[in-house]
Amino acid sequence: MAIAVSQVTKRFGDFLALDNVSLAIAEGSLTALLGPSGSGKSTLLRVIAGLEQPDLGEVVLNGRAVTNVPPQKREVGFVFQHYAAFKHMTVFDNVAFGLKIRHRPRTEIRERVTELINLVQLDGFADRYPAQLSGGQRQRMALARALAVEPSVLLLDEPFGALDARVRVELRTWLRKLHEQTHVTTVIVTHDQEEAMDVADRIAVMNHGRIEQTGKPRDLYEHPANEFVMSFVGPVNRLGSSFVRPHDVEILLQPNGTSREALIERITHLGFEVRAELMRDDGERLSAQLDREAAEALELEAGQIVYVRTSRERVFS
Amino acid sequence: MRRLGLRSVALGYLVIVLLGPVSMVFWKTFERGFGPFWSALKASETTTAFKNTLLIAGVAVAVNTVFGIVCGLAIVRRRFRGKGILNVFIDLPLALSPVVVGLSAFLLYGRSGWFGGWFDRHGIQVLFSLPSMILVTIFVSLPFVAREVIPTLREIGDEQEQAARTLGATGWQTFWRITLPSIRWAVIYGVVLTTARALGEYGAVSVVAGFNKTSTLQVQDYYENFNVTGAYAISLMLAATAILVLVSMMLIKPREAAQP
Repeated sequence: MAIAVSQVTKRFGDFLALDNVSLAIAEGSLTALLGPSGSGKSTLLRVIAGLEQPDLGEVVLNGRAVTNVPPQKREVGFVFQHYAAFKHMTVFDNVAFGLKIRHRPRTEIRERVTELINLVQLDGFADRYPAQLSGGQRQRMALARALAVEPSVLLLDEPFGALDARVRVELRTWLRKLHEQTHVTTVIVTHDQEEAMDVADRIAVMNHGRIEQTGKPRDLYEHPANEFVMSFVGPVNRLGSSFVRPHDVEILLQPNGTSREALIERITHLGFEVRAELMRDDGERLSAQLDREAAEALELEAGQIVYVRTSRERVFS
Repeated sequence: MRRLGLRSVALGYLVIVLLGPVSMVFWKTFERGFGPFWSALKASETTTAFKNTLLIAGVAVAVNTVFGIVCGLAIVRRRFRGKGILNVFIDLPLALSPVVVGLSAFLLYGRSGWFGGWFDRHGIQVLFSLPSMILVTIFVSLPFVAREVIPTLREIGDEQEQAARTLGATGWQTFWRITLPSIRWAVIYGVVLTTARALGEYGAVSVVAGFNKTSTLQVQDYYENFNVTGAYAISLMLAATAILVLVSMMLIKPREAAQP
């Protein structure tokens, strides 16, 4: 295991940020820590980096117990949400920082930094200052800076959180490719389930300082361990004590055995996807998700009476 | 029209209160030509006073720069008991009358004072000599570097420092390579203010100086002994220094604001 966290507890005053958390992360994997704000995901990442000291528990990196090792001796790369760019240094000097600290020879530094600047596609920006870069460029610079010291693990704390939506999607595709090239064990913290699903090969869902479930993105989506995971990794309808995903709600024009009558309250067109907000005859509200063609074939309109049938309903004890 | 009115009031006030007296000093200094001015500057009392001022201001600025940065880092980056009190006490020299500062030094280091006896037994003269003058000058010019550094440290936050740590920098390396360069303009501005304050101090120093003179004290001495030219010559040098300080502040401030 590249990272092994065992029974870590961390309090900030009265707030329990991490509650007896254990997590194992395999060498070369790309893991997402997914959860709402205040769930402890960033704290867990900072504990792994040594930026926070746990009250209880242990951290092991590549077989070395590092619980009491300061961050500068942990060989981790850390990328912050707000870039933490060294504002008084050029892009080149930012990326070279870790190598200069390690007193590497000048020619080696020049070579390695140039290589990394090319890797993060900042060629020609080496002499710029962070203030002269866009958010996406700054974050790529921060990534190059973290990778320069060849860390054994790369830790990303909401790295795309401060960027606008389009750049965010671009950068995560790029991160995925970068990971395929470098194979550095990577942990990314995010509150965006789509981002986690898109980029990671494993996800740990966190809530209230605890890990609710760990697994492959698809397993979490299809076999959520509890109500929280089910509702966090995708949209969900709650019908009494059971849960159903909007794409498992089928709309029919004629009643059919198990179907129930429902009123269409609203239709939303989201390009390829069409969403229908419905109210069933028993008063339960739910939404259905269908593709544009299916919606057009049914000629759905607000105010129409239809019949709904749900499949793959799930009940958690 | 209203803006023009405001402007004339502000300018008129400046001319009457500041510019008038300062230009009077210039005029009076050279009233009888350059010769008397030059010989007054060359007088041994004058040069000794300048040397004293340089030494006192130099030590006070050095000590308060280090203290200001350490204090700022402690207040902004650390949690400890009594932080609030420290924060308030830094401002004490601004509120306290310098004469009171001199008097308290008198009480502490005088022969019957708390520390005075100890120094006396070891043959070190603190009161009525340079050490006490340096001490009170340090006291009155203490807040300036800290007060400049604290808000800047708050503003830059500690993420850059954390990033440096994860990249392998020790605390010391992080300070020299990241923290200090980030706050350099605040430090320089604080040093300029400290220098100005240390040069101009009169009240506290006059209480503990004895027969020693700083240039500010020497002005008073010359004046009382009817050496008007000497008094004006030193005043001119002090005023020139003040203007130099002001101009350097003007040059520093916009650069600080424009810094990315």
